[in-house]
Amino acid sequence: MSDVQTAPKLRHSPDYLALRGEVEEFLYDEAELLDTRDFNGWLDLLEDDIRYFMPITFNVKFGEHGAGERTRVEEDMSWFNEGKWSLTKRVEQILTGVHWAEEPLSRCTRMVTNVQVTHAEDKNGVEELSVRSRLLLYQNRCEYEQTYFPVRRYDTLRRANGALRIAERKIILEQTVLLAKNLTVFF
Amino acid sequence: MSANGTTASLIDYERGTIAREIFSSEKIFQEELETIFTRAWLYVGHESQIPQPGDFFMSRMGQEQVIVARDKRSKVHVFLNSCRHRGMRLCSADHGNTSLFTCPYHSWSFTTDGKLFGVPQFKNLYEGCLDRAEWSLVEVAQMEIYKGTIWATWDPNAPPLETYLGDAKLHLDMTLDCRDGREGGSEVLLGVQKWIIPCNWKIAAENFLGDSYHNPSHRSVDLIGIGPSAEYGVKGRRDNELDAAQHLWISFPQGHGVHSAQMPAETSDPETYQNNTVVAEYFREANRLRKERLGTEANRLLPFVGTLYPNTSFHGRQPRNICVWHPQGPEQTEAWRFFLVDADAPQEVKDFLRSYYMRYSGPAGMTEQDDMENWNSATAASRGVIARRYPYNYQQSLGRSTRNGPTPGNTALQMSEENARQYYRRWSDYLSGATWDTLLGMKD
Repeated sequence: MSDVQTAPKLRHSPDYLALRGEVEEFLYDEAELLDTRDFNGWLDLLEDDIRYFMPITFNVKFGEHGAGERTRVEEDMSWFNEGKWSLTKRVEQILTGVHWAEEPLSRCTRMVTNVQVTHAEDKNGVEELSVRSRLLLYQNRCEYEQTYFPVRRYDTLRRANGALRIAERKIILEQTVLLAKNLTVFF
Repeated sequence: MSANGTTASLIDYERGTIAREIFSSEKIFQEELETIFTRAWLYVGHESQIPQPGDFFMSRMGQEQVIVARDKRSKVHVFLNSCRHRGMRLCSADHGNTSLFTCPYHSWSFTTDGKLFGVPQFKNLYEGCLDRAEWSLVEVAQMEIYKGTIWATWDPNAPPLETYLGDAKLHLDMTLDCRDGREGGSEVLLGVQKWIIPCNWKIAAENFLGDSYHNPSHRSVDLIGIGPSAEYGVKGRRDNELDAAQHLWISFPQGHGVHSAQMPAETSDPETYQNNTVVAEYFREANRLRKERLGTEANRLLPFVGTLYPNTSFHGRQPRNICVWHPQGPEQTEAWRFFLVDADAPQEVKDFLRSYYMRYSGPAGMTEQDDMENWNSATAASRGVIARRYPYNYQQSLGRSTRNGPTPGNTALQMSEENARQYYRRWSDYLSGATWDTLLGMKD
């Protein structure tokens, strides 16, 4: 998945708005599950082979942005490079009730915008959609603690038995030094 | 005696109490920058981050940015990232390769060995006024490389790094040496994690100094199991290889402190890294070779955690990394974590470790998220007018340490806050502007 994807031919298709509408509804539903802390419900939206990735970003000099601005999936240290097993562990940890960084639970509001379907293809009979969106995640804890995470997301959604699920999610947070003490929330 | 004359009264080494204000006072923070971070040896990076001539890595010493650069002849330098003309930072990239550092402001340029090279319109404007040789980049007073790690100090009178590390070196060695016992050989994985913690830097440093008492705060990960054998069904956040060991809390005269462990004399190696049979076999073989190389007795000692005074911590084994707690304000720390692997480990082993490191450490790490929460809150609690009338308690295992432990250093065989007491005793000496004899603990 590259950061910048070419303008979608898909957009000229008469069915595009209907498809995008369906994807938007899916992403809004996902945000609702997380905001209302239905973490297990959220896990159900993830394919078993999901790759959930948030690179570390570097300051690099002009000309090196393409190759060197971010750590690479499966190759370097990142903020997240997760599969379903460890994402499930993260949910289990919150549900222990003694995960102190989430006790009391964060109060979160997710705003999803700029949703576009950039590619659709049939992969061995399974429909896969490339989707990009922006997420503004507001997190509040205890009294005065609040953090905003504005991120770009590049997803691959897969349709199985009619329902969409997330097969791949790349999250870009535009900070070289993470300006938050923790990443206990899901993007 | 410090500028305000009160520093000594903030730390009561004998009684084991420490005033809360050292974790929140702006005035004390400024004194720390001036008296500790201008003198102590500070970790600034790892050679594997700058393998080629011209490579550089942006680092920090105290609150200031430094460039760690390898010059054309492969010598490593550490420079203040500030132009000698008007101070603008010379380099804004986190790492890269260059032949010159050119200031964006007036275009003075410096070579990778720090010499002033280009001065625009030199002939017209500076001929006869400016001696280029006098305006090289500000370079640290001393720089040393130890088993790949790069250290620097601004104090020309600081003792050599090995003297500074003292007997704590043994424990740093166990972190830096190959898993199979060969000396050195580690590399830093690309992607130093950097993040801001709203806490005083000493609280983080102290946590790694040997504060094993905070173990219960990690109950959530222990319950669910996130270790290298968790998929195999083992609970906890590591393999439980130290379960049968005699744990050692060792403090050193220079202010360093470690928590290491000595395995029983007669023991078989515990099964580890069982999520992946290839990785498990790799470490089984590494353990066997380590024993062969070090001998049965030395092989019994295993590293856990430690802090090298003032702000470099390490996690020696599971996970394996170096962490620096950069002071950014009395209530703000910028943490940098460098993750280590053996450079010649197979890719599959490195990949496995990388995944484990990510789920354990740092702000996205399931274990350390809870640490950050605690440090944040402890710092905030050091601020209150009433709260500050009540010192913190550091009396755990007071008077229970011995000089006759299995390894050099003042050793407690049970959980102890002696490491912290010694650390703050040295801290107080730095703030008083003590001589190196005192700072090295020769007058204790």
